[in-house]
Formats: sequence, C-alpha cells, structure tokens
Amino acid sequence: MHIHKFEKIWLIFGIATLLVFLSTIGVSAFYLGNQPPSCLVTIDPEKVAETPPFNEPGLKQVGENEYELTMVASAFHYEPSHVQIPLGATVHISVTTVDVIHGFQVPGTNINMMVEPGYVSTLTAQFNREGEFLVLCNEYCGVGHHMMTSTFEVIKNVE
Amino acid sequence: MWSNKVDRKDGKLAMAHLYVAFIALLLGGLAGLLQVLVRTGEFQLPGNIGYYQILTVHGVLLALVLTTFFIIGFQFAGLSRTAGTLSSGVRKAGWIGFWLMTIGTAITATFILLNEASVLYTFYAPLQAHPGFYIGLTLVVVGSWVSGFGMFTHYSKWKKTNKGKVTPLLSFMVIINMVMWLVATLGVAAAMLVQFLPWSLGFVDTIDVLVSRTLFWYFGHPLVYFWLLPAYMVWYVIIPKIIGGKIFSDALARLSFILFLLFSIPVGFHHQLTEPGIDPTWKFIQVALTFMVVIPSLMTAFSLFATFELYGRSKGATGLFGWFKKLPWGDARFFAPFVGMLFFIPAGAGGLVNASHQLNQVVHNTIWVTGHFHLTLATSVILTFFGIAYWLIPHLTGRVMTKAMNKLAIVQTIVWSVGMFFMSSAMHAAGLLGAPRRSSFSTYGDAPQALEWIPYQMFQAIGGSILFLGIILILIIVINLSFFAPKGETDFPIGETAEQAEKTPAIFENWKLWIGVTIALILFAYTVPFIDMIQNAPPGSKGFKFW
Repeated sequence: MHIHKFEKIWLIFGIATLLVFLSTIGVSAFYLGNQPPSCLVTIDPEKVAETPPFNEPGLKQVGENEYELTMVASAFHYEPSHVQIPLGATVHISVTTVDVIHGFQVPGTNINMMVEPGYVSTLTAQFNREGEFLVLCNEYCGVGHHMMTSTFEVIKNVE
Repeated sequence: MWSNKVDRKDGKLAMAHLYVAFIALLLGGLAGLLQVLVRTGEFQLPGNIGYYQILTVHGVLLALVLTTFFIIGFQFAGLSRTAGTLSSGVRKAGWIGFWLMTIGTAITATFILLNEASVLYTFYAPLQAHPGFYIGLTLVVVGSWVSGFGMFTHYSKWKKTNKGKVTPLLSFMVIINMVMWLVATLGVAAAMLVQFLPWSLGFVDTIDVLVSRTLFWYFGHPLVYFWLLPAYMVWYVIIPKIIGGKIFSDALARLSFILFLLFSIPVGFHHQLTEPGIDPTWKFIQVALTFMVVIPSLMTAFSLFATFELYGRSKGATGLFGWFKKLPWGDARFFAPFVGMLFFIPAGAGGLVNASHQLNQVVHNTIWVTGHFHLTLATSVILTFFGIAYWLIPHLTGRVMTKAMNKLAIVQTIVWSVGMFFMSSAMHAAGLLGAPRRSSFSTYGDAPQALEWIPYQMFQAIGGSILFLGIILILIIVINLSFFAPKGETDFPIGETAEQAEKTPAIFENWKLWIGVTIALILFAYTVPFIDMIQNAPPGSKGFKFW
C-alpha cells in the first residue's frame, strides 16, 4: 500500500515518540522499580478483625526510622482515624476493607490506591515534610463517601 | 438523486433513536447541572434526592443511553445511505433492538428514581443494586446486539450483490464499530449473567469483586472507542464533503479503523492500575498495548489536516497556513465537529497521562479524570454528534436548516466550548491538587487542602451552568429541525476519495483475519491474569446497600 511521503515521516516520528515514552515507563518500572501499587495478598473480608496485622490497626516501628502502618477501611471511616508519623520516616502502608471498595488517597502526595474486599493494598511512602495530611476515600462507597477521612500528622518528635 | 436519499422507513428508525438520545441529553444534563451546583457548597438538593442518585442518573443517561442510541440511529442511517435501503427484516431487527433498549432504559431509570440503585453507572460490586437495575442494563446491551446483527446482515447482503467491489467506506466503518462493540459487550454480558444477576437475585451469596471489575473494564475501555469511532467516521467521510474537498486516502482510513479494533479491547487494566489484585507486569503489558492507539490517532490527525490543506490549496490558498482561512467557518456542520477535533488534542494527551503505568497514581480517581472525559466524550464526540444532527435530522425529516438555525448552531458550539473550557480546566487543575471525583461537597472537616479546591469547584459550576445553556440551545435546534423547519431537501454528505489516492487493498475486508487477531490479542492480554485471579481468589463478597 502506498503511503504519502509526509505521512510516512509523521508516522515514523509518532511511533518513535511512542517508543521513547514506553521505554521511559518501562525503565522506570523494571529498572528503577517504580511499579504501581499491586499486592497479590488476599484476605477473608469477613475476618479482617481477626487477621493479623489488621486485628491491631496502627503504626508500628520495624526498624530505624522505618514503620509499618496498618489501616482498615469501612463505610465510612478509616481505623485509625488519626496517625502521628515521625518526620523522615519510611512507612509501609497496608490497607484492606471489611465491606465495599474504597479509595485511599493522600492529596498532595503520590499515595493513591484502591482498597478492595478480599485484597490487601500496600504502598511504601516517605514523609519528608512536616504538617497535617488529609487521607480521603476517592472511590464511591455509599452515601457517606465524602465524609470518609483520616489524617496523618507528620511531626519531628513523636512521644 | 433518489438513491442518495435515506428511505423514509429507515429514516423513522434512525429518528426514533435520536429522539431518545436527546431526551437523555436533557435529563442527564439537568442532573449534571445539579451536581456542579451542589459541589459549590452553596446549594442543597431539595426533598430526599441524593447526590449519588443524580450522579447515577447523569452517568447512565449520558454515558450509556445518549451515546448508544445516537450511535445506533446514526449508523442505521449511514448504512441505508451508503449500502442501500434496509431490507424489511433488517429494519425489523432495528425496531426490536430499539424497543429492547428503550424498555431496558425505562426499567433501569425506574429503579434509580426509586433510590434502589445509587451505584453509579460503573456499578462496582459489592455495592448491590436492585436486580431491576441490572436487568434493564442487560436489555440495553441485548437490544444493541439485535441491531448489530441487523447491520451485519445488511452488510453481507451488500457484499453478495456487489461481488468483488470495495464496500462503501462509511458502511465498512460502521461494521468495524459494531464488531468491536459486540466483542467488548461480551465481557459485561458475562459479568451480568454469571455474576450480578444471580447475586442480586439471591441465588448465590457472594461475588468475586476483582473478576467483576476486570470484566467491566474489558468492556469499559472499548466503550469509549465505541463513542469515538462514529465521530471519526464523520471526520474521515463526511467533513471532506461538507467543506467541498476529498477524502485523503480510503485505504489509510480503513487501516486506522482496523487498528482501533485491534487495540481498543486488550487494554482494560490501565483503568485498574492502582488496584491490588493484578500483577504489575501484566498491568505494564496492557499499558503498552493501550499506547498503540496513538498510531491510528496520529494517522487520523494527518488525514484530516491533509484534507483541509488540499481543499484550501485547491481554492488558491498560498503560504504555509493560508488554507486555514479558506475553510467554511460559517457552516455549523463543519464548525462544531472541527472544534471537537481541536479539543481532542489536549484530551488525547491527558489520556496518555491516565494510562501511564506510574503517573496514573497521581491522578487516579481525582476529578482530573472527570475533566479528561468531559473533553473526549462530552466535547469532541458530542460536538461532532451535534454536527451530525444539523444535516441528518433535516435529511431524514425532509426539511432544511435555515440560516438563523445555522447561526444559533454556531453560537451553541461557542457556548459549549466556553462552558467546557471553564469546567474541564477547573477539573484538571483541582484533580492535580488531589480533589477526588465522584464525591459530594465536603470540606473534610475544614482540612486546609480541601478548602483549596473550593474556588475550582465554583469555576466548575460556572462552566456547568454555561453548558446547560448549551443543552437548551441544542434542544431548540433539534426540535426546530425535527418539527418546524421549512420543508425541503437536505443532502446526506458522503465524501469521495481523492483521485491520487491508491486503490484499497482487499485484505481490509478479511474479517476472519482481523477478528482472529483481535481474539488472539485479547487472549494474550487476559488469559494468564484471569487464571491468576480465579486460582488466587479471596472469599467472595456479599452485597451491601450503603445509600
């Protein structure tokens, strides 16, 4: 099939750009390890309250300046509803839900994931800025959806 | 001349679809207006109407009803015009499809209005609507299949009576779009029949949430191409005729449609990038496949502008961009779709952001996404559909569009663009600041971050109100063209291919090949993840009704 010379140039340019984009994303994902949040761990949504670590939601120190934060989402709140996080900490966040699908987003950061019944969602974040961060549900979960929040308070010294 | 006219009986079938589409536009648009007003924080819904109830109305009526009815009506008219009058059997299939879809819509709407189904148009499990909601939606899909099979029958009859000839380009494109629709809706039909209906009727206790979401998005992304391809049909086939030019290349137009068929379905994971149950490598594979639609999109952009330039130069335009001035800016049939094309440039770029493996995390479920599809569907596609209405309705009703109506249509396009500019830019900006989509007004306990979003929500309301004015204008035009415009003949414009274009290769109509490749790609993209999902499935979820 004949393709016009200008169109050939246009398509070669377009496909080359596409390859550059995809390589950038690929290198970032597989070489630098920037994968989207995916955790293939499952859980019985009706037994969340008995399943560790979700039986004890909250922040737990696991190393020097390294913490595990366990949260449980349900209509229409997060447990815990307020967390104090030391400045500069690396936090491994695990969230699950006991009922419907929720979102878990901290506006102003890249913390953003879906929380689905039966699955554990995980993400590691660093908190290098002092202040209060809003945690909100960004997937429709029912009539109180827009009331569903928690807060992270990043402070220098946690007592 | 007579052969260029759509048969009256076929015209009635098409018009019936268009009426439902425009009624859906009015009601769905009203629901949209109420939403932007609520989100200013200054307005509350009267009575017991819930925000999420009108959000469901808005999504179902505009994204599912308006689009499907308009597209099927337009496609029947296009087939009748380019592949000959429909046989009575095909027309009957069209009417059966129409009534199934209409009854389905009425059933679904009833349960939404009764507040039994505030689950939004994506109806994510385990929120559980009344079974009537799912039954209604299933009827809409089944109705569209009956119409689709009618279209396939008409096409194969044309092939039999015109052995060895190349199918009319518009008919070919219609068939591609319906093949894609059929393959895509199999996913949502499976979810309905195997998961949602037995579960909502109480035959089974639990539902596998991840499987239902995967089946939904297997359908949900091609759905957006099902909306977009009719706009592309107009841009490729009809706009050249309206401006008085020629189609740049018949073969390339067909190739781009085939590429859309291949790459629109095996890509649903890019809507599921931030969810837990899918392996990141498979997400990446579908991201790569998603990006492939860049190629036919770039081909389309080239073809369109080549057509414009060739036309302008044939009218004596000089210089690099002199041809731009020669385009018929005063003709609403050209102006509305052209503005739609311009909006598609930022819309497409935003789409690449959404589909990017990690970048998605910044914007996922923020109101940025809402801003994005109000540029693609609610501007590019809808302005093109309005552009279709300006000649299709008078053609089918035996009337003509007056100069006054044409002027009103130009004003309508401008009103729409201004409204959408305000609303969509505010949504994109607020989304980057983290404002969530699909949420009623909230200051989240006066959180400083949430207070930052309120000015943008004001802008959304201004944009949304201007858009509602645009809906009133288009309805005035549509009612005029349907019932009151002067009697006369209006052309159904179909472009011809430029003389210098090459002959169309026969391989483009090798359906076994293209459908085979489509299925192979789908199997490649979905088989392993699907086995994974089922083998490693968590216990299912029972239903919840939280509204």
